[in-house]
Amino acid sequence: MKIVVCVKVVPDSAATLVAENGQPSWGDAPLVINPWDEYAVEAALNMGGDVTVISMGDESAKEATKHALAMGCNEAILISDPALSTIDTQGTAKVLAAAIQKIGDVDMVFFGKQAIDGDSGITPAQTARVLGYPALTLASSIEVDGSNVKVERSIEEGSQTVSAALPAVFSLVKEYGEPRYPSFMGIRKASRAQVPVWDLAELGIEAPTPAVTIEGIENPPARDVSIEMIEGGSPTEIAEKLADKIMAEKIL
Amino acid sequence: MKIWVYIDHFKGEALPASWEAIGAAKSLGGDVSALVLGSGIEALTNTAFEYGADEVLLADDAALADFRTETYATALSVLVSDAAPGLLLFPTTSRGRELAGMTAIDLNSGVLVDVIALEADGDKVVATRPIYAGKLLQKTACNATPQIITLRGRAFAKLEAESGRTGTLTKVDANVGEEKSTVEGYGETTSGVSLTDAGVIVSGGRGTSNNPALEAPGDMSDEEAEVWRAQQGFALIGDLAKTLGAAVGASRAAVDANYIPYANQVGQTGKVVSPDLYIANGISGAIQHLAGMRNSKIIVAINKDADAPIFKKARYGVVGDLHQIVPALTEAMKAKLGK
Repeated sequence: MKIVVCVKVVPDSAATLVAENGQPSWGDAPLVINPWDEYAVEAALNMGGDVTVISMGDESAKEATKHALAMGCNEAILISDPALSTIDTQGTAKVLAAAIQKIGDVDMVFFGKQAIDGDSGITPAQTARVLGYPALTLASSIEVDGSNVKVERSIEEGSQTVSAALPAVFSLVKEYGEPRYPSFMGIRKASRAQVPVWDLAELGIEAPTPAVTIEGIENPPARDVSIEMIEGGSPTEIAEKLADKIMAEKIL
Repeated sequence: MKIWVYIDHFKGEALPASWEAIGAAKSLGGDVSALVLGSGIEALTNTAFEYGADEVLLADDAALADFRTETYATALSVLVSDAAPGLLLFPTTSRGRELAGMTAIDLNSGVLVDVIALEADGDKVVATRPIYAGKLLQKTACNATPQIITLRGRAFAKLEAESGRTGTLTKVDANVGEEKSTVEGYGETTSGVSLTDAGVIVSGGRGTSNNPALEAPGDMSDEEAEVWRAQQGFALIGDLAKTLGAAVGASRAAVDANYIPYANQVGQTGKVVSPDLYIANGISGAIQHLAGMRNSKIIVAINKDADAPIFKKARYGVVGDLHQIVPALTEAMKAKLGK
């Protein structure tokens, strides 16, 4: 079984973001593996096979591949090219698909359900479309039986069971189960690992023309909230006052 | 400009964000066609007209009985190639998101996902979308044709349904292409108010387990006892939610401690919500949680700790024990709402 897991590096979820000169800035908050991708790595490792982690970006993306290696992935590849700086999700899908094809004979491709920076959540489905593989997204459990796979998916209405033939693309949700912590040995191995860098020439493709352009990044408008504390001698009295306030807002 | 709106439905029941998307399309001006794809879903046609569609494109085909992104994307891409609309709108649901994504690949265009505001500049649309769970806003545009956009639920108003309103019904064929996967069945499915569509949300955090007046059954481990106490706390929250017709939310801390399923989590790694009223009970207000609910119109915070960061975002605050305040609030609201 040949497995690829795609990961992204993002600012820590506790970071405070501000727009500076039209760019997002997270101050000195650390860059970490996208939290959703840890579930993807966990699932990839559970399949029992050779797992290659790939990431796209500059040197900082190695933080994500390093974490995946420390969790137990066998190899890492970084896709990096200056021509990718304005890439959109469609382009990302095309580049990742080219890398997956270059690796060759891949049975399963794993993603987290979305990245917490761009929040698009469509790269897994788009990569599957480019590859012509079924997209088994939002998976909470995965059962492989020979060359077939059965997946339980989380949708708005509850859960759905879907089956398909491999190769396939998967995206993972939190219900899959807690990702493992990197082991001490894993961290040592990861810190010594050499991560090969592939550019577009190596992949044999041109830089995809972005269909989507970013016109600006802004701070959200400040909310003008002045809090009113509700006090009273007893819970009943407080509740009565609060209920009056809620009713006066005329939203119920 | 010709605008197409994809109507997302589950077994023939449309998700409300679909009707909001028709409202958004109408506000941009132009001819609005609603796309209704599925099997035995003709009833949705009339509702689409009532919510403002000028035309309904109906593909009613047994091959579309179960939504599969691949088959729907192929059908949609063929229709778009033939009729060449300038803009495709989808609701940001799990289906709408991925269908838009695959259709963009097929048509060599791009998607603007989870948009909260639209500005038209001639035929070009500039969209605003939250990134980093709403900590920042991005202005973005699609420079290929068709422009493809998914709209966040509750960000756009649906039109008042006009009973008996009709329009042009166009029946179209579904070229479903190759089926890549098979739907084997459904687990437990709910039709209750989903968090992202909810107008009112009552949420609980770690504080739900903190009721000193409760004695857990003696045969429980400390951890079991904590979860048991939290479930009693969430029962109080559930009562208030029921009274208000609200959905129940939770903080990540409460989910991670197994107090309540992940489906209820609000925040950066849960659901991003924007109800009219959000009542946070025993939630301190970590930045990841605030990112997920900061766009609620009115925030009420009930917490024992007067220094909890949630109070900085709230319109009304109560420093007190949720186990006493919440049941009292339920009774007070019942009386005021005549329930």
